[in-house]
Amino acid sequence: MSLDESSRRIFKIVGTRPVRPDGVDKVTGRALYGADMTAPGMLVGHILRSPHAHARIRSIDTAAAMAVDGVKAIVTAADFAAADDPDLQDILDNCMARGKALYDGHAIAAVAATTDKAARLALKLIAVDYDVLPHVTDVDDAMQPDAPVVQSGRAEENVPPGLSENVTTYVAFGHGDLEAGFARADKVIERQFRTAATHQGYIEPHACLATMGPDGKADLWCCTQGQYMVRNTCAALLGMDSSQLRVTASEIGGGFGGKTTVFIEPVALMLSKKSGRPVKIVMSRSEVFRATGPTISSSSDIKIGMTADGRITAGLARLRYQGGAFPCGTVSFGAQSAFAAYDLDAVATEGWSVMTNRPKEAAYRAPGAPMAIYAVESVVDELCQHFGLDPLDVRLKNAARKGTRSSYGPTFNEIGLMATLNAAKEHAHYSAPLGPNQGRGLSCGFWFNFGGDTCVSLNINADGTVGVTEGNPDIGGSRASIGMMAAEELGIPLDKVRTTVTDTNSLGYNDVTDGSRVTFAVGLATIKAARAAIDEMCRRAALIWGIDEDAVVWEDGAARPSGPNAGDFDPLSLADIAARSSETGGPIAGHHEVNADGAGVSFGVHLVDVEVDPELGSVKVLRYSIFQDAGKAVHPSYVEGQMQGGAVQGIGWALNEEYIYGDDGRLQNPGFLDYRVPVASDLPMIEPVILEIPNPGHPYGVRGVGETPIVPPLAAIANAVSRAAGVRLTELPMSPPRVLKAIKATSA
Amino acid sequence: MSRIHVNTSVNGDALDFLCEPNETLLDALRNRLGLTGAKEGCGTGDCGACSVTLDGSLVCACLVLAAETEGREVGTVEGLADGDHLHPLQEKFLEHAALQCGVCTPGILVAAKALLDRNPDPDETEVRYWLAGNLCRCTGYDKIIRAVLDTAADLREA
Repeated sequence: MSLDESSRRIFKIVGTRPVRPDGVDKVTGRALYGADMTAPGMLVGHILRSPHAHARIRSIDTAAAMAVDGVKAIVTAADFAAADDPDLQDILDNCMARGKALYDGHAIAAVAATTDKAARLALKLIAVDYDVLPHVTDVDDAMQPDAPVVQSGRAEENVPPGLSENVTTYVAFGHGDLEAGFARADKVIERQFRTAATHQGYIEPHACLATMGPDGKADLWCCTQGQYMVRNTCAALLGMDSSQLRVTASEIGGGFGGKTTVFIEPVALMLSKKSGRPVKIVMSRSEVFRATGPTISSSSDIKIGMTADGRITAGLARLRYQGGAFPCGTVSFGAQSAFAAYDLDAVATEGWSVMTNRPKEAAYRAPGAPMAIYAVESVVDELCQHFGLDPLDVRLKNAARKGTRSSYGPTFNEIGLMATLNAAKEHAHYSAPLGPNQGRGLSCGFWFNFGGDTCVSLNINADGTVGVTEGNPDIGGSRASIGMMAAEELGIPLDKVRTTVTDTNSLGYNDVTDGSRVTFAVGLATIKAARAAIDEMCRRAALIWGIDEDAVVWEDGAARPSGPNAGDFDPLSLADIAARSSETGGPIAGHHEVNADGAGVSFGVHLVDVEVDPELGSVKVLRYSIFQDAGKAVHPSYVEGQMQGGAVQGIGWALNEEYIYGDDGRLQNPGFLDYRVPVASDLPMIEPVILEIPNPGHPYGVRGVGETPIVPPLAAIANAVSRAAGVRLTELPMSPPRVLKAIKATSA
Repeated sequence: MSRIHVNTSVNGDALDFLCEPNETLLDALRNRLGLTGAKEGCGTGDCGACSVTLDGSLVCACLVLAAETEGREVGTVEGLADGDHLHPLQEKFLEHAALQCGVCTPGILVAAKALLDRNPDPDETEVRYWLAGNLCRCTGYDKIIRAVLDTAADLREA
């Protein structure tokens, strides 16, 4: 569905900033999240987790635990049948270890009991006989031929020989003559970079409540980014028909990609099946860190050539990503996005995906892109420093634009990179004075964006109000933007529309809330559903007037006679037609089902000023500005919120956040005290500048905005630190000890 | 161990409950009193999602024993609004879009009210340090800080 000609119109509701419809629930404590639901007769579920990074499980003896008063069921991997599909089997093996514990925190068994105390006591009485194996948690170590093997036989056929079996995937992208490109350069810089694994850090731990009856019907309440994904996955793992498992998504306390898979849900269902009682499982924060989500950690080599006047002649990226104890495809996104911001004659990217004894990687906002673009943007900045060139001018000189053959293959359509770069250059921030020990950095960012399977149903109520039913959890204001697009299209006030996120049995399949897809794809389907309802309302009006339905148009929320009949009848408003719906043929509704394409790639530019304390090595963010193309900002406040929130997650990644493993292969910092996410006092205001270059693939020009903002902060801050402290750091996070060490090494 | 009978006041309502000696105030609020507005984000006092007041002082309900509330006054997010009139902070959080997922919001509102009760005219730095114990992963804090400052300005004029 392409951009409307009419999109140049003046919007009435789209682009305004109304209060979100779920707002009152969320400021009064009334909104119900994953852990807030209870059921009569409910049991408490807890999970036993491996204390070892890598161990064969010789046996699990549950007899003593089962004898504890109040224990109703115990589940291990033996309770689940093998899955047909290897990806499903990996999800299952991650939910419950089969034969081997693959990382510290890997689930071994689960207990359901009448009280929390009984469940915890039972966990202590489960006897697991482990054969502890050598482990590996570092990506480069895990690639060595003699590394401990996490899983055998998982490598894809095209993986080059001579590496450990831990290397499961190899990808390559690019075009042009790299050697000739480097030969044309006046300077070639080659650097190695490392980035730590970080966690999405959603404040709400995973939680679910499962109820399965002896008739095989089940209900599941859980916090997730996609109730349909949960249904399909759990139904397959429990051998159920998907129609018999109804999944309701709770309000979700953050996800950022980390709630696009299942961890406890199949386990709770199996405990409920075995006990015949509802079972609730809520993870502790330590479990969240040890067993869910983290992003990949990376090691990479970047080589870029540039002429003295700032034209990039060739770029090469070699990316090594570890995605935990299972095969992981994220490196492909890194290899495709590394040079996406540039219009290059010669570019090559290669990627290797590596298994380690760490938790299974889960998506985190633009998965795979931040660490690749961090490395590339650091080298581009160093080349600018070498030649004394303005880093914004160099980006403008090399920027991808409409018609550019991207580094990963496709040719770009309308994209907003040049516009964002120009906006950054013109902004007062770019020319503001800096003080001692202060530096300014910038970086481009990119994400592909996604559309995907989407269903929306829209019902016209007899009193002239409208119910929109959609299937994607509202993770940051999407009920507002969906409702606004419905009201805009129908021409009625926003308060006449109520948007509901529904369960899996009330609407067709919707892909998870990911890929920055919801406002784009659900919005598109909502507009189409509204148009279907409008067509029907025009037909009803024609019936009432006794004229041809083609002679009726919809304008300003009302049907009007047009053509030869123009002016013959008073307009019939949505409410007028709705009130007479029963006598004109029955209830009126519109719906739309689509696999939405045309999401439109997203670019952004971040500008940051930092001050480095040369004695402490600490980095203070002084000023931060974001320039991003939103296509069309439906609710600008929540677009800004995505930009600000993503940037601050990136600031945490750049400066503080990291998974720290000990020599024993155990996670050393599974809590918010030692895994330090940014707090309010770390930060300045974050200034968002929204640009609107309409996406040709959406009727209003909407482009996803959620993921791109986490991409630029890593390099923007590294580049600012480099200019403030006179040292180039090549490892994240740039924690005070690392910065101090780099400063001392330079001054020594 | 026998349970403890606790007489307390929550949001001005006198009530009593039985709890385990080692039970946290957070668990008692959520599991015994049906007040699920306070959230458990960490259980170790690091995230502030369970912020409540105890005799007017800001505390993490996960670090307070339920039995400690005997004879004292507990304030939670459910008590912020006056009937169907939202507290000015709640209004400003909506107006400024100062929440995304909303799970940290109850704790941040309770903490912000505790700040404004003490200091009706905080500057940006004071607000940022006061709220440094309340983690928000969605917003980057910008709109939260603006909402609190704007509320304070309005309340001073009122």
